Amino acid sequence: MAKGKITFEDIEQTVNVPAGTRIIEVSEKIGAGIIYGCREGDCGTCITHVTEGWNNLTEPSVLEEKVLKENMASRHDRLACQAQVLGDCKVKPA
Amino acid sequence: MKKQMDVSCHRHAVEFADGVYWVGALDPTLRTFDIILSTANGTTYNSYLVKGSEGVAVIDTVKENFSDEFFSRLESEVDYSDIKYIVLNHLEPDHTGALPELMRRAPQAKLYISQRAVSMLKALLKPAADKKENNFDYTTVNTGDSISLGNRTLSFLHTPFLHWPDTQCTYLEEEAVLFSGDVFGCHYCDQRLFNDLVGDFRFSFDYYYAHIMRPFKTYVMDALKLIEPLKIKQIAPTHGPILRERPRRYVTHYRELSTSSLSREIVNDNKTLIIFYMSSYGNTARMAKEVSDGASDFDDVRVSLYDLEGGETEPFVDLIEEADALLFGSPTINGDAVKPIWDLLSSLVVINLKGKLGGAFGSYGWSGEAVPMIEDRMRGLKMKIPQEGLRVKLIPDDEELEACRLFGYQVASVLSGKKEQQDVIDFADLK
Repeated sequence: MAKGKITFEDIEQTVNVPAGTRIIEVSEKIGAGIIYGCREGDCGTCITHVTEGWNNLTEPSVLEEKVLKENMASRHDRLACQAQVLGDCKVKPA
Repeated sequence: MKKQMDVSCHRHAVEFADGVYWVGALDPTLRTFDIILSTANGTTYNSYLVKGSEGVAVIDTVKENFSDEFFSRLESEVDYSDIKYIVLNHLEPDHTGALPELMRRAPQAKLYISQRAVSMLKALLKPAADKKENNFDYTTVNTGDSISLGNRTLSFLHTPFLHWPDTQCTYLEEEAVLFSGDVFGCHYCDQRLFNDLVGDFRFSFDYYYAHIMRPFKTYVMDALKLIEPLKIKQIAPTHGPILRERPRRYVTHYRELSTSSLSREIVNDNKTLIIFYMSSYGNTARMAKEVSDGASDFDDVRVSLYDLEGGETEPFVDLIEEADALLFGSPTINGDAVKPIWDLLSSLVVINLKGKLGGAFGSYGWSGEAVPMIEDRMRGLKMKIPQEGLRVKLIPDDEELEACRLFGYQVASVLSGKKEQQDVIDFADLK
């Protein structure tokens, strides 16, 4: 099965995950500093900055793009509840 | 006889700095706010009006059923056509209830909100059933942004999570008035309006902080970095008295309330681990003692052991807030952990538990569900469970007591950092 390594820079922890795992599923279990709200891509609370491996996450959906735009997210920001890991990447709370 | 200020006997705007007015509403009969907060003498919904040479700004509104009072006070001072800006420091309905009607009356006014407020604003201003979209004009602002009213300037401070993601403060430079939103507010209704005239509201101020701001202490500290350098003559919050007499002390008090007191008690970077237990036949108590002994093997971990039967919830919540790890020992009775454990675990909403270590243990007679149930609750509270819980059937023997020591030792070793965290964890190993 395809795997990816996601590193949470705020707690300096890397996790090996099956491809397709959402960032939120991992960060919640290891207690990284990303904050959550609705968990369904609506509130924008879990905005996360991708520092490396931007292309190793699933493409944002139209809805995610909309929420990111509304929240004035900067380039390479994603919603942790939506973005799925496809390969190696590094993230930190936005 | 002293002539007292009484805003309850009229519906005019109250000027408290040059061209700056209170246009809020009193809610003296409210006894419970938002289901969870007691309000012994009600509350106020404070809205403000700032006049400039080139237009008027309204800062926050009131709860919907207090709209009449708000509009009367507003109309006593300005025409709706003069309102150029509506600034929303916080979008909770007790401050935005009158917003839709204000937007109808002053359709030319532009809304100024924080970046995080957009989705909330859209959810608050949902279109009527016969309309597809609700068009309204808004501008998002951040620290450093400002708007000009001609001879005066309103500048914005981005202060998120005080106590919602959208919260911000607005500062009127020329008069040194800080419109702080819910920060420095309290549920206290007094028709005399100003901190030097109203009754003793210290309890309400601290109670409000403890229930509204306390879970967000780190955000309070961040906000104070923006607020403390400001010259402040008056603080105008959205609830409770306007703070005009020595306002700086409330800022200082917020810093005190948000600063860890434990860090003054313990040396260096020592960690604290607290063990709470309940025991009906002394078995879980014996386990707790062994867990405590095992955890105490580390010099840099300070262990405290408490029998929940002998304490009250509130002081324990204070202890938990500053602890690095929490272990709960509970027997299983009728398939559940015992009530005092749940009472404590359901009282932690006012503090931030994220990232603390947790664990559970207990003696049981038939089935032992208490331990995994407590672990699940702790995971739900965003705590980390480094060590699987320990269950002993009825009376622990020597081997089982040794396992308890080891359990305490292992949790403490993670806390003390002696147990090296793996470089890369496998997702399947995460619980």
